[in-house]
Amino acid sequence: MTWDALKTDMAAHGYVASDDLAMALHIALSLGRPLLLEGAAGVGKTEVARVLADLRSTNLIRLQCYEGLDASHSIYEWNYQRQLLAIRASAEDGSTGRAVEQRIFSDEFLLERPLLQAIRQDTPPVLLIDEIDRADEEFEAYLLEILSEFQITVPELGTIKARSIPIVILTANGTRDLSDALRRRCLYAHVDYPDRETELQILRARCPEIEDRLAHQIIGFVQSLRGEELEKTPGIAEMLDFAAALMGLGIADLTDDPTVLQATLTTLLKTRTDRDNIAPEVAQRLAGQAA
Amino acid sequence: MSRVTKFAARDPGAMARMAGFMAHLRQNGFRLGVGEAETALSALTHINAAHPDDARLALKTVCAGCAEDAAAFNTLFDSFWMNEGRVRTRVMPGTTMQSRPNLRSSMESQAQSGSAGQTHSPDSGEGEAEADGSGRLIATTISNLMKKDLRDVVSPQDIAQAEQLAARLGAALRDRRSRRRRAASKGNQIDFRRVIRRSLATGGEPITLPRRTRPDRPVNIVALCDVSGSMTVYARVFLAFLAGLMRADPNTDAYIFHTRLVRITQALRDADAMRALNRLTLLSDGFGGGSRIGAALDQFARSYARKSVNGRSVVLILSDGYDTDPASDLGAAMQRLKKRGCRIIWLNPMKSWRDYAPVAGAMAAALPYLDHFAAAGSLDDLARLEPELTRL
Repeated sequence: MTWDALKTDMAAHGYVASDDLAMALHIALSLGRPLLLEGAAGVGKTEVARVLADLRSTNLIRLQCYEGLDASHSIYEWNYQRQLLAIRASAEDGSTGRAVEQRIFSDEFLLERPLLQAIRQDTPPVLLIDEIDRADEEFEAYLLEILSEFQITVPELGTIKARSIPIVILTANGTRDLSDALRRRCLYAHVDYPDRETELQILRARCPEIEDRLAHQIIGFVQSLRGEELEKTPGIAEMLDFAAALMGLGIADLTDDPTVLQATLTTLLKTRTDRDNIAPEVAQRLAGQAA
Repeated sequence: MSRVTKFAARDPGAMARMAGFMAHLRQNGFRLGVGEAETALSALTHINAAHPDDARLALKTVCAGCAEDAAAFNTLFDSFWMNEGRVRTRVMPGTTMQSRPNLRSSMESQAQSGSAGQTHSPDSGEGEAEADGSGRLIATTISNLMKKDLRDVVSPQDIAQAEQLAARLGAALRDRRSRRRRAASKGNQIDFRRVIRRSLATGGEPITLPRRTRPDRPVNIVALCDVSGSMTVYARVFLAFLAGLMRADPNTDAYIFHTRLVRITQALRDADAMRALNRLTLLSDGFGGGSRIGAALDQFARSYARKSVNGRSVVLILSDGYDTDPASDLGAAMQRLKKRGCRIIWLNPMKSWRDYAPVAGAMAAALPYLDHFAAAGSLDDLARLEPELTRL
């Protein structure tokens, strides 16, 4: 499969990828290497993994990172309650210490968390490690073994090798710099806000029933809104919400009704300062330009 | 594709060209090892490598490691493969390394000959030490377009000293709100994993209860250093301090500003102190020129701060507060920055002067947003800050 074939396939599943991204995915898939996607919030990084899982019809296993995430929440944990019960029970029927130990540190008492789950699947799943930069550096270190060797070492059990190599997608917003060690194990693609043409394609793919004129206006409006000084720049998801809101209200032209336009801006602007910055006159001007 | 570079006949083949390209990227600040070269070659086998645009995209995926790399990649690719570079950029293995102006040398004798700066110095670039003789600095509102060779301003020894100091200051600025837990004898939470382990010895009776606690964590420090004309005398100290800070703690970030804002983190973090200064020199257009603190801070608050400054950050501003922008600009920028939830420390060399009062308009505008306002003109002054920072 070539990279443009991949691009067309993804488009058929409703994801319009840029050349950069399609090529990065193609290389990552062919080489079996993890892919790190970096870019602003709302440019469709997470969506890539979902579409890829769709495309390959495999599971999507998602690990949402957060500050303080550690091995017991991401890799594995022992089921302590059951272990305690098992120890008590075996003390009563008098089994030896070694037998008890073997028993309570076996698969039976192991709770799989997303990373372990991902490498123990029979068909290669898509593993999405979302917002890796929210986790702290210690967690990156856990990932190194998994990403380069596709194996996990559990001290009590030994090394668990991957049954199938998962397709790993990592996403980052640039909250902090990732370590070089992690970057080196990944291929890299920077995802940007789409240009006018691409975004129009995305809108058409997601809302096929939208009228041509309105679609152009929406994209023009959102693109020029991104040029304004905002605290939170609206992403693609916001644009789609905006389009859905307009269609739900039965609007055919952005410039028709300033009050309705102002009301639907809630889908695009998510902070109070941004709302204040885009006064009705500004919104009207942008809409006028787009029309 | 007539633009594709024609390599000389003695050129040893495609593998060597790739190795040459890797060396070319490395020289331009990409961090690539042998592993990447291997990955790049195998990546090319999965695409139509004869097609330059495909090859460009594929190599970009493999070689670029961050947003800055990705942005610079196209130009570098063109300069090597598409005949747009200067001759110097076509590095083939086998040419003697020493014959080129060498940005990567760690040998002091060579680095001090001044030849490293010659492509950028405004004079004839004969390689003599006069290359930056235009360093007479006066406060001005226009940008200074001369390159300042920072190796004259900071020495590697300064950096080593500052590094120790910075490590201490970093330790003084601790954050007490970590969420990850560590084993500790007087922790407030029971460590179940270890309870089970221990209870094995006593037949399932949990007798000892190991505990865990939340340890203190270092904050991430973001330093912004004013290198305008009025600050030139202090630049030596402050730049050494920044370099020390960058090396002592991987969580820090550094910027310099004069009429513009420049991120210098990557340059300062270079393992070789001498080379770090070289890279800094390349970044420092306008060193010793005018100062637009308000504009620079505003730019910072709008761009980098949105990514890297949060409630766990300490923003260190090293400046004398003499601004050519209206004071209200600085006030607005500080307000915007403060809203990110960070702590802001302003170190002003003038504050240690007798009878100093922060009357400069900009300084007065910034004062309400500062968590700490202190004097600092030398490394000793900075060292004296340690107890005060602990209290913050």
